[in-house]
Amino acid sequence: MEVFKTLIIILLSSVLVNNYVLSRFLGICPFLGVSKKLNQAVGMGISVTAVMLLATAVTWPIQYLLLDKLGLGYMQNIIFILVIASLVQILELILKRFSPALHKGLGVYLPLITTNCAVLGVAINNINDGYNFLESMVSSLGCGLGFLLAMVLFSGLRSRIDESRVPAPFRGLAVTLIAASFISLAFMGFAGVVDALFA
Amino acid sequence: MKNNSNMSVLLKGILKENPVLVLILGTCPTLATTNNVAGAFGMGIAAMVVLVCSNMLISLLRKVIPDSVRIPCYIVIIAGFVTIVQMFVQAYFPELYEMLGVYLALITVNCIILGRSEMFASKNNVLRSALDGIGMGIGFTIALCAMAFIREVFGNASFAGIPIPFLEPYKIAFLVKAPGGMLVYGLLIALVYKITSGKAPLKTEFSCAGCPSAGSCHTGACMKKGEEQ
Repeated sequence: MEVFKTLIIILLSSVLVNNYVLSRFLGICPFLGVSKKLNQAVGMGISVTAVMLLATAVTWPIQYLLLDKLGLGYMQNIIFILVIASLVQILELILKRFSPALHKGLGVYLPLITTNCAVLGVAINNINDGYNFLESMVSSLGCGLGFLLAMVLFSGLRSRIDESRVPAPFRGLAVTLIAASFISLAFMGFAGVVDALFA
Repeated sequence: MKNNSNMSVLLKGILKENPVLVLILGTCPTLATTNNVAGAFGMGIAAMVVLVCSNMLISLLRKVIPDSVRIPCYIVIIAGFVTIVQMFVQAYFPELYEMLGVYLALITVNCIILGRSEMFASKNNVLRSALDGIGMGIGFTIALCAMAFIREVFGNASFAGIPIPFLEPYKIAFLVKAPGGMLVYGLLIALVYKITSGKAPLKTEFSCAGCPSAGSCHTGACMKKGEEQ
């Protein structure tokens, strides 16, 4: 029960309170770039979630079974980014071979994720926070879902912005960032919710 | 003449092609590390060191690295320099290391560095690549410090950790929090557009430009390529 409770807290706090995009500023680029249409936002969100889970499943054992055992902790950065980059490449090949339909849907987003800072961020944060394997996986799932949630919410807002008349200097990125700021402000309201959940 | 063009390579990063405010690269560290002037300055310098070193090495190796595997090669080179910088900061500036946290490691996937490697260092000689790195690095640092100045002075009534008492009753705490970062960034971009009266190449279409893979895909080309496959 205790374990279950911890996992729920990790999941909810990484989706709502410590949302990667809106409060930790990781993965801002795809958040601003690919959130123009709802279906693109969903596709990107799902791809990022899948890659985050996969990356954590691979990098966690590498850190604890390989790097720490050999005293190579300082190689973390280089190893992780290489693992993530090759993982994305392999995932793309596998999808292409075995599920062309899925590849058609998500394949477009995969090359973009290779160097997404949110993916590397999750892998490193899981190690820094000292999570065990199960907790790391749940935290990755939470971060991915949080990313998806932010993308979907924002794509709705984007379509409204595109239709409205904006003063010239604010056109494009400026107004988009200010809109993102309001969503982020709304998410600040979740602070404390998770701690109070089991209190 | 030659000197002149070298100078322009150095200077363009500072204003005309400012990586943060005009090219819109490296948004994540820009937003995350600018709630404190000291942190922003440290981040800017750390990124500049990595940028100059990786630009030079990539420029040296540009004829050796095969085209098809260039992105992984660049990433490994950049990650190597980031690790060196990380260890250096941890050893000599432990406070800064604490402040920047995971974002120091995330310089590896900073779009500015991969973007400049791909767009500039892979096509130019060592001197020009180094100058480009210095220019872009200074531009990045200036933009970061400007943003951090606004956020820290008005949001926290302090400058680089030193309190400014007379601003204390008027501080807008929201500015140092996450949403404040996005708001200030948005306003600054609008301001730069206004000052340059729209002459700066403002990216209204940034579907890919801002993403870390921008270097490999040149503004949206990656999406098209993905669709073709």
